[in-house]
Amino acid sequence: MIVFSASGAERADQIFVLIKHWLMGYVPAAAQPLASAVLSVVPILMAFPLIFAITTLLERKGLGRIQNRYGPNRVGPWGLLQPMADGLKSLTKEDIVPDSADKWVHLCAPLLLVVASFLAYAVLPIGRNMVVANLSAGVLFFFAIGALVEVAIFMAGWSSRSKYSLLGAMRAIAQMVSYETPLVLAGLVAVMATGSLSTVAIVEAQAQYTGILPHWFVFTPWGFAGFVLFMIAATAESNRSPFDLPEGESEIIAGYYIEYSGFKFALFFLGEYLGMFATSGMAITLFLGGWSAPFSFLTWIPSYLWFFAKLLVITCGFIWVRGTLPRLRMDQLMHFAWKFMLPMTLLNIFAAAAWKFFPTGVVRWFACAIFLAVAFVLLTRGLKKRGDVRARQYRFAD
Amino acid sequence: MTLVFLLLAAITILGMGAAMSLRNPVRCVVGLTVGFLGLAALYLQLGAQFVGLTQVLVYVGAVAILIIFAIMMTRSTESPEQQTFSRLWFAGIAIAVVVFAVLGWAIHFGAHMLPTQAALPELPVQQIGDALLHRFVLPLEIIAVLLTAALIGAGVLALDDPAGEKRGPQ
Amino acid sequence: MFGEGILRGLAETARNFFGSYVSKDRLTTVQFPEERIAPIEATRDFPFLVYDGTDWQQGMRCVACQICEKECPPKCIYIDKSKDKKPDAVGKQQFYPARFDIDISVCMSCQICVEVCPFDAIKMDTEFELSTQDRFGGLMFDKHKLSKSNEYYHEIHPTEAAAVDATLAEERAKAEARAKAAAEAKPAAAAAPAAAKENTGGA
Repeated sequence: MIVFSASGAERADQIFVLIKHWLMGYVPAAAQPLASAVLSVVPILMAFPLIFAITTLLERKGLGRIQNRYGPNRVGPWGLLQPMADGLKSLTKEDIVPDSADKWVHLCAPLLLVVASFLAYAVLPIGRNMVVANLSAGVLFFFAIGALVEVAIFMAGWSSRSKYSLLGAMRAIAQMVSYETPLVLAGLVAVMATGSLSTVAIVEAQAQYTGILPHWFVFTPWGFAGFVLFMIAATAESNRSPFDLPEGESEIIAGYYIEYSGFKFALFFLGEYLGMFATSGMAITLFLGGWSAPFSFLTWIPSYLWFFAKLLVITCGFIWVRGTLPRLRMDQLMHFAWKFMLPMTLLNIFAAAAWKFFPTGVVRWFACAIFLAVAFVLLTRGLKKRGDVRARQYRFAD
Repeated sequence: MTLVFLLLAAITILGMGAAMSLRNPVRCVVGLTVGFLGLAALYLQLGAQFVGLTQVLVYVGAVAILIIFAIMMTRSTESPEQQTFSRLWFAGIAIAVVVFAVLGWAIHFGAHMLPTQAALPELPVQQIGDALLHRFVLPLEIIAVLLTAALIGAGVLALDDPAGEKRGPQ
Repeated sequence: MFGEGILRGLAETARNFFGSYVSKDRLTTVQFPEERIAPIEATRDFPFLVYDGTDWQQGMRCVACQICEKECPPKCIYIDKSKDKKPDAVGKQQFYPARFDIDISVCMSCQICVEVCPFDAIKMDTEFELSTQDRFGGLMFDKHKLSKSNEYYHEIHPTEAAAVDATLAEERAKAEARAKAAAEAKPAAAAAPAAAKENTGGA
């Protein structure tokens, strides 16, 4: 029931939960489960595509400023209505399906991608008591849904019946499968520290404070390493620069969605960005404390605002990295996944386990930090010794 | 026999049926994936969260992808002209009916031995982990050795293939 | 090797990002319709006909010699000579074009018509915002549309216009000197046959 004696900050924090309970009061008892599901899902369906639109604009303007130029600034003041123009454009473009393409698979691929990307939001706690489905194996659910995306990409690539798209699809699947293992292993350390696979439990374990400092996992040595590795693997899973070889615009035109135009292309774009937000959301849940505030005196700000603020910061990080790094080649990508990321994540699990067995104190901080630093140095030096980063020798050009 | 169960069963059967009867191998794979997803949903409906999600993670995320790669590598994406049914299809159906009958009889007559109340454990994943590392640690280690052998074998195969696609330009 | 190259790259792009808000000279974009870069003098786009004075029909320098029509490589100039004459830039009575059309959808801005014109009548304009929704009629410029004043010519190509004006002024001076000499020689020539007639008539 609605508690009117709650303080103002608490009411602002729980406003969406209160609205939902109030609306559920008007629903007859027979339709209660269905109405509850719909009321939980509709905000996700409205909020995240809106964030997608804002992100496309932010990305174009941010990349422009990084590259010493303005971004789009014609539509609306400072280009703020550009996403609407983009949406209208993709809706009104002709939907071209190649003659020899498999029409049904061609249609189902973007649908499956978007559905799978939306499904992943079901276990992310957006705020206090604001999670769509409090599964006891939430983290596992998230990674299982990520596997569906690969099937969608294959369907897209194959159904177009084009060399570029098939090649792009195979590269994309190879990349996603290779980076899925480090993704899961990097996220596993947070599960180990909490002792539960439920995302709500992981966030609540991080929502405590000693003094003014939070218990976020990213502030521990293994948590920091896990966060960095998780973000690298997340960049690769969403096919973002510098891992965007499968969809490289200057390489194989658009890879697996080259034969898509109009709204289906927009759906692919949407699905990719939604996947990026979902993985960022999972990183926030696992390492950055979910909806908890960074300092104990800031808890009066509503929890969902903190979640979206952290999501904004991570998105800016993605855009920043996209504007900085050149694209990795396929073999460099694979070497990086199997020879650096995988051993590093396994050693990180060792460090996290050691953390649990050490007595609480300063010792375990130093021990884990030194262990991880040594591992990092040895692994990167091992890669260097292979001659990957040697200066090139040219045979004919001198 | 609730509506949800009927729906999920229909999806599973349709998917597996498509996997068996379609001519185009890639469409068969899509049907297979739908069947796997239906199975996972059935597990989830029974309350076995871990098994259902692992079904998606392993079967859809790994086995289906493996089959996809196998089809794409062997370039058999062209559909054969006519149905490639075996000539002994009636024997196949007979064997399937017999297996189904045996399974149905076993389930029907073994139903009274199940506990009357579905006792869902509090932390199923933790109990599975405990069981794996205490009671079933030997099978776990044997499986680990087996998988390592498979990985090494795959690596050796990929390395030895002179015309393999895995090797880039030197 | 330890990823410090990546960190340095990130620092560089961050500097670019924040610097673009602080120092305006980092952004070299010219926001086109609002800001424009002034074109250099030798800019050329499509031809135009020069007229002296204020009356574009009377002051037109073109005498319909049709050299430019013949020399034009894609043959985009269409000229019809008039039946009567009018004084040209130097003062001599010349034909003038009754129709002078240039199809600018064909014109390739090669400037050959300008180079071959003996009368400095056709010069290159610098205007490029000529888009129209009429694909055929809107891109066929007639005599009126092509005629622009000498003052306009001075605005867009100052040095050239000054040189052309100097040449024309010279020629005008020479023509006037010739006319004056002819006018002075005429009474003397009129007087000489009259004197010769009187001589032969008297004898």
